[in-house]
Amino acid sequence: MSRFLSIELIRSCIRIATPLWIGALAGIFSERSGVVNIALEGMMLAGAFGGAVVSLCSGQAWIGVLAAIMTGIACGLFHAVVSLRCRTNQVISGVAINMLMSGLTIFLMQILFGNKAQSPTAPRVLEVTIPWFDKIPIIGRIIFEDVSPITLIGLLLVVVTHIILYYTRWGLRMRAISENPQAAIAAGVHVHKLQYLGVITSGALAGFAGSFLSIGVLDVFTKNMTAGRGFMSLAVMIFGRWKPFGSLAASLFFGYAMALQISLQEWQVPPQFVEMIPYFATLVVLAFVSGKVRPPAATGKLIDR
Amino acid sequence: MNFALEARGIKKYFGPVKANDDLDLRLQRATVHAVVGENGAGKSTLMKILYGIYQPDSGEIFVNGEPVTIGSPDVAHRLGIGMVHQHFTLVGPLSVTENVILGVEPCTRGLIDYKFAEQQVREVSNRYNLTLEPTDIVESLPVGLQQRVEIIKVLFREARIIILDEPTAALTPAETSDLFRIIRDLVADGRSVVFITHKLNEVMEIADDITVIRDGRSVGSLTKDAATEKELARLMVGRDVMFSISKPEVTAGEVVLNVDNLTSESVSGDQRIENVSFSIRAGEIFGVVGVAGNGQDALEEAVTGLRRATQGRIELMGKDITGLSTAQIRAMGVAHIPANRTATGLVMDFPLSDNGLLGHQYRSIFRNGPFINRKAVNEWINRLIKDFNIKAPSLNAPAFTLSGGNQQKLILAREMVHEPRLLLAVQPTRGVDIASIEMIHKALIEARSRGVAILLISNELDEILSLSDRIAVVYSGRIAGIGDPASFTVEEIGLMMAGAGKEVV
Repeated sequence: MSRFLSIELIRSCIRIATPLWIGALAGIFSERSGVVNIALEGMMLAGAFGGAVVSLCSGQAWIGVLAAIMTGIACGLFHAVVSLRCRTNQVISGVAINMLMSGLTIFLMQILFGNKAQSPTAPRVLEVTIPWFDKIPIIGRIIFEDVSPITLIGLLLVVVTHIILYYTRWGLRMRAISENPQAAIAAGVHVHKLQYLGVITSGALAGFAGSFLSIGVLDVFTKNMTAGRGFMSLAVMIFGRWKPFGSLAASLFFGYAMALQISLQEWQVPPQFVEMIPYFATLVVLAFVSGKVRPPAATGKLIDR
Repeated sequence: MNFALEARGIKKYFGPVKANDDLDLRLQRATVHAVVGENGAGKSTLMKILYGIYQPDSGEIFVNGEPVTIGSPDVAHRLGIGMVHQHFTLVGPLSVTENVILGVEPCTRGLIDYKFAEQQVREVSNRYNLTLEPTDIVESLPVGLQQRVEIIKVLFREARIIILDEPTAALTPAETSDLFRIIRDLVADGRSVVFITHKLNEVMEIADDITVIRDGRSVGSLTKDAATEKELARLMVGRDVMFSISKPEVTAGEVVLNVDNLTSESVSGDQRIENVSFSIRAGEIFGVVGVAGNGQDALEEAVTGLRRATQGRIELMGKDITGLSTAQIRAMGVAHIPANRTATGLVMDFPLSDNGLLGHQYRSIFRNGPFINRKAVNEWINRLIKDFNIKAPSLNAPAFTLSGGNQQKLILAREMVHEPRLLLAVQPTRGVDIASIEMIHKALIEARSRGVAILLISNELDEILSLSDRIAVVYSGRIAGIGDPASFTVEEIGLMMAGAGKEVV
């Protein structure tokens, strides 16, 4: 197959997209609860760090993943308390978390490992091949052969989030809160409680996405290793119109752009230009899409009580 | 006998303000009980107490003869009391069904049972002839239908007592008569309705019993048959209200506004006027009447310079103002009371003082070099408040804290004090209480006596007929009839508004 469409390229695309769509799901839970979450970047980074450290200490990659989720939950709780209880501007709270996590992880690395740049090698979540499914033509090789379990769980989470959002009480109430919290309050919904739940779930998913970076594809934590993926997750969420399957599709688009960039680096194009592709794609897509998608009307606004 | 709902001696004070002071209400089963009163009389406070949002300082409430304490809206729901708020509490992007079930979702095995819910909504909709599709997205529905979603919400929660707070405020006449039909069906079904309003003609049409509230007290409790509009108005306002307006004789002066063969579109793009010509003299009120949406917006926007006319000529005092900016037109002595006071007339979050200054901020008396001369502004606004009898907590109170009538008086004051040559008054009394209507009409008549030319655009035919020296009926962007109001019968005007009239000059 050509350089632009090969099974290897698609596998690479999915690998790159995994943290993006899980991050976007994290964004959905928060923003659909009416809370802006630009702290995804910091939450992911914290999750990646927590995952690597606990995996290293316990020797168990999956305990590391669990720790990454717990770290994310802690971040989510922090964001919820600051922005809901203390009623701080949600963007400022998010920026603060991002900066805090960038510095804190480096600081803790120095203390724990005496090295500011990266952690020692930690056990990682190994790829699996799903029997029977891997025999499906093409799809089997793309998704079910030698694949990270985190990717598979991530795909499952897209379906689960979709069901929660559109077929459960929680989901309906979330959608109502992010559009018109006063209407939800008038209907007897406990808005505050659900907002906490949403932001904490968001943290858990962001932490999970972070674990994929440090102990999924790699086996170390390196400083600021998220490198903008949290922000890109937000772009994915917007491009995906705050919908789970939309976000999955959007993340695959970005994943493809980045996979292409990597495969094009062998070409004679100056690498600086090639490296621009994913970011350029983000800008172009957002510029085209932003006017047309309508964000949840009440997200980011303080609710009068 | 016991009542569906009875409130006795309700008192509710907010600091020194006696919002409710010894109020009584007796709602008979399967009737419509109108609660009428001016804005700020205490109607809304009473309803919020009955719905559990506020707790009364003293007084008793009985539901079906049993004494109850309504501690929260949840308790109200359990007692079978439902409320349709004046400002809807709907989630626009969600479907009718989703809005109805929000908060009380029927679930099976953790998932919402949409099939059951949609069937329920359809059933209620059919039973009361509400013509709602369960899957329609609420924000795509017209206001009248959105209100029915609120009604289904209340019925879905099995309310036997339904409180409607100013339900007709945002409705067109046709939607209002549909609502009345629905209310009658609800009552025929054994439900009891509390209907809050300040529109007396509606009271006479729909109510069985009437309670009049003034300054937090019940000042009258009567049956419809024993009431007249005049009597109700007297009870509401506390003095006799003039329904007819006495206009002094004024000899019209020179032509102030001349509109010649004007064609223009509204900013929103959904209305236009075509080949419209008329002129207004000093000391003359020219009334433009029509069903909403027949080009009134386009005319308003063209004359005030908000939108450039595509064709034709607008002259003010003989000078061509077609194509001039709004600021230039205002500077030439045009004052404007816009149709939508909350969107175009005021900045709702701004304090009273800034709103009073809007449009005059460049005048040298209000400036101190590049800065606003606060002292001069405040003095001036205080004068407006006094002269126009605007009731406001303070100069710094945001505009949204004022009642509709006081907001409108503030706009009127701001626009009138600088003695305009032309006043463009669009729907000047929409959503305004009786006392303010009286005051606004008086101000218009006085301006006319001083020689101001007035272009009055209104959907209220009564208003147009009682104020105007000449009228024009618009239909579909064209003038369907123009002339002395006495030269038409009301029926003729009605026909022209509906597009069935012929041109009379």
